[in-house]
Amino acid sequence: MAAVEILKTVGLTKTYAGLKANTDVNFVLPRGKVTALIGPNGAGKSTFVGMLSGRTPATSGDVFFEGRNINALPAHKRIQLGIAYTFQITSVFAGLSVHENVAVAARRIAGGDQSALNARVGEALARVGLSERADQIAGDLSYGHQRVLEIAMGLVQAPKIFILDEPTQGLSDSEVEDFIALIGSLAGETTVLLIEHNMSVVMRTADFITVLNNGSVLARGTPEQVRADRHVQAAYLGTPDA
Amino acid sequence: MTGKSRAPNLMVFGVLLCLGLLFLVLPAYHAGNLARIMVLAVYAMGYNLLFGYTGLLSLGHAMFFAAGMYGLGLSMTGWGLSPVPAFAVGVGAATLASAIIGFLALRTRGVAFMIVTLMFAQAGYLVILYFGAYTRGDEGFVIQQADRMIAGIDLSGDAARYFTAFILFAVCFLGLAWLVRAPFGRTLIAIRENEERAQMLGYDTTMYKLRAMIVSGAISGAAGAGYALLFGYVGATFATVQYSIFPLLWVLLGGAGTLIGPLVGVFFMFYLIDISSAVTSAYMLIAGLALVLLTLFAPQGFAGELRKRVFAWLP
Ligand SMILES: Nc1ncnc2c1ncn2[C@@H]1O[C@H](COP(=O)(O)OP(=O)(O)O)[C@@H](O)[C@H]1O
Ligand SMILES: [Mg+2]
Repeated sequence: MAAVEILKTVGLTKTYAGLKANTDVNFVLPRGKVTALIGPNGAGKSTFVGMLSGRTPATSGDVFFEGRNINALPAHKRIQLGIAYTFQITSVFAGLSVHENVAVAARRIAGGDQSALNARVGEALARVGLSERADQIAGDLSYGHQRVLEIAMGLVQAPKIFILDEPTQGLSDSEVEDFIALIGSLAGETTVLLIEHNMSVVMRTADFITVLNNGSVLARGTPEQVRADRHVQAAYLGTPDA
Repeated sequence: MTGKSRAPNLMVFGVLLCLGLLFLVLPAYHAGNLARIMVLAVYAMGYNLLFGYTGLLSLGHAMFFAAGMYGLGLSMTGWGLSPVPAFAVGVGAATLASAIIGFLALRTRGVAFMIVTLMFAQAGYLVILYFGAYTRGDEGFVIQQADRMIAGIDLSGDAARYFTAFILFAVCFLGLAWLVRAPFGRTLIAIRENEERAQMLGYDTTMYKLRAMIVSGAISGAAGAGYALLFGYVGATFATVQYSIFPLLWVLLGGAGTLIGPLVGVFFMFYLIDISSAVTSAYMLIAGLALVLLTLFAPQGFAGELRKRVFAWLP
């Protein structure tokens, strides 16, 4: 039987020239669930997921993926294992068409079969509602559409773990609703690690929440448990009624 | 998607058909020019794969051109090889050089990459001068007409020279037309557009860049070997920094990252210098002025502007 956890970190630490961005983070990501990572600005959330995806080298500590230590793997090898990653600051191929953006993401997996590739790309674009814009140049899209395009680039890889760094930032209300529905549709098949500031999105999508503060884990549990946690209320959520 | 994908193929075969037929209508002088242009366009196409498609600006490609040239020249005069195996030696030498330099230089990026490639090429030039006993240094050496024969055909003849240049051009042109639309070429374009993104989509971008460098170097070497074979001269001038700048200019003029751009750029620059030098001795001034105007009004080069304004499908 597959382990309950798909990814685990032990004592993960990142120091930037004396500044401790992450200190001794022990973290478990349950398979097939949506886990939200929350915490104030500068808490170290992006740094943490950067160390999972290999984008940011860790100062010390270990990352285990499906039971295997992946410390030594460079970013592209971790992505190849099935860890998809979207940047906090939108990062698409601005000069290429929307279709080609997603095709680049899919091609590594789908290979040279053009019709299979196009089908895959078409499906991913349809899922995020960008089908009509497939031929537009990505750099010409609105900010919200670029964010959604980046999500399609992750989806099309059919990742085991999908890491999203503040995906709803800058989206309209209706786009946020679509995003929540999309995350719901991934339930069971894909493990989602979601960094999110919008608490209503967190409460509606997350099965588990980890709270990061000053680079350390402040609390973890189900949304109810975290909401009830006194430390969290003090540090981050404000009053219980907020 | 299928309707659009026919146009690039038609363009590719149309260009080759025109070049093939031009020999029949052009006077000998211009046919000779066009043979030279086609060989230099091969060099520009090799450069374009790295600069235009992958986004890496090398200032050291003269080394690969010269490696092809000296690989062919020295193996013919020194070892007595016949043209075909000597050509293979030339391409092999350029491939090896680009693999080694790529391996070292790709640890750097941006301006540092430009400087490192420039330094390696300069070192290559000095090596040619140092071994003057074999290479005849700046003076260079001639490959005898009697040796420049393939299957009994004298390559210094007008038709033979033209069509040998044409075949070399066609092979590289078709190969690149395929390559830049294949998954490998698409990935290079993605790396040019946003390397970090490509990496975070699971591509080993360093490996892709190294492969692009090797293919680019091999094609440049094929051009150098072809040039020596068809025009019978091997000299250190072709290893100078000037010959690293030329392909950059050609590609910028014609359109970086376009298939047809290199040919257009070489053609334009060749005739610009040819015509202006007939009019005045200050021909470089006229050439320079034309370049400045073009950069101002067509910053993407001829084919680049065409793609932007008219034919979005241009590969
Ligand atoms: N590349 C970097 N160099 C130096 N300091 C950094 C770098 N990236 C992040 N930091 C610092 O690390 C801390 C955590 O940042 P980050 O992980 O981006 O937080 P969050 O995503 O939770 O807002 C901040 O104090 C930030 O200034
Ligand atoms: Mg962040």
